[in-house]
Amino acid sequence: MAELDTSGGGKHKGGKIRSKKASTRVDLTAMVDLAFLLITFFMYTTTLQKPKAMDLAMPDNSVKTQQLPIAASRSMTLLLGSHNKLEWYMGEAGKSAPTVDNYGKDGLRKALIENAKKVADTHNADEKLMEVVIKPSDKSTYENLVATLDEMSITNIKIYAIVPITQIEIDDLKKNNIY
Amino acid sequence: MPRVKVARKSTAIDMTAMCDVAFLLLTFFILTAKPKIEDPSHAETPPSTMMIPVADADMITIHVGMDKAFYSVTEQDVRVKTLEAMGEAYGVKFTPEETRRFELTQVFGVPMKSLKSFLDTDPENVKKFPQAGIPVDTTNNNELYNWIYKSRQAEKALHEKDLNVSIKADRAEEYPMINKVISVLEKQKKFKFQLITSLKTAPKK
Repeated sequence: MAELDTSGGGKHKGGKIRSKKASTRVDLTAMVDLAFLLITFFMYTTTLQKPKAMDLAMPDNSVKTQQLPIAASRSMTLLLGSHNKLEWYMGEAGKSAPTVDNYGKDGLRKALIENAKKVADTHNADEKLMEVVIKPSDKSTYENLVATLDEMSITNIKIYAIVPITQIEIDDLKKNNIY
Repeated sequence: MPRVKVARKSTAIDMTAMCDVAFLLLTFFILTAKPKIEDPSHAETPPSTMMIPVADADMITIHVGMDKAFYSVTEQDVRVKTLEAMGEAYGVKFTPEETRRFELTQVFGVPMKSLKSFLDTDPENVKKFPQAGIPVDTTNNNELYNWIYKSRQAEKALHEKDLNVSIKADRAEEYPMINKVISVLEKQKKFKFQLITSLKTAPKK
């Protein structure tokens, strides 16, 4: 497929002998083939997207510091159950009926935003932040935990903690068929 | 009437531009290339909106998948020193060949008692080696605890730094396993760590 030399040099009327001019064009087909082969190879063997991470800080349980009591009126408890469902309630356990919800933007996120607003409206300026207690049950998945922590950052909740679940709360999850 | 002659065009195409583009892309891929890490846990990370990039040095990653824990540390010299310390603690002697093999192993998940046979396996068969996962429980003296602890000691001795810890778990992994890994970290006063997630577009506020 190389270019044919069509310049037809050397047959001028004058009879002067001229050296035939060689074409400077190089056939690049093979080179392009090779380049694309290498591109394909690199595309398959590399990871382009760097993994992203979320920071998680657990409370230091080695030193027994003075623990601040959580005001029941501004704490919200999330119980992570099975089947990608969760339960939440405000205040103390048993006082208010828990709501079964999902992790979507109309579920957990809406509840978080609404409750945070309610807490902010009913409290003084220095303690208007809502505190969220996350209690994952043994039937919840890692994805659920990550989704919950992600909602904390989306809804801008500053105070939250992961806390072990209690038996009463497990029973409540069972009652709602999400354990 | 003279026949109309269709002018014959040359079928050769000018490849210069195509060649330029191909090599430009090739250069880009070579420069951004980072080899894929063979991950025996096959963990599929859950999506989140977090954008913090994961550091690629001084990092311990605990891979969790199929109820098994896998371990990896980025620094090769730390790997060697950790293996020495672990061998001492569990009474296993490793040959220089095995140490060399371990230095190049990125992610592994075998208990101490079968680590020797894992390292003796040929590189071709190593993918088929049944990795049972590193034993982990809630006590103070399980193998995962020691792997992390000895690595951090090695890092301290070699580079005077502390290693960061990240957890890369499968999205369908149940919470008890995650809880075990977290409590292992808490026991050695590692309260801050990272959860590796894949990127999801953040919702508009």
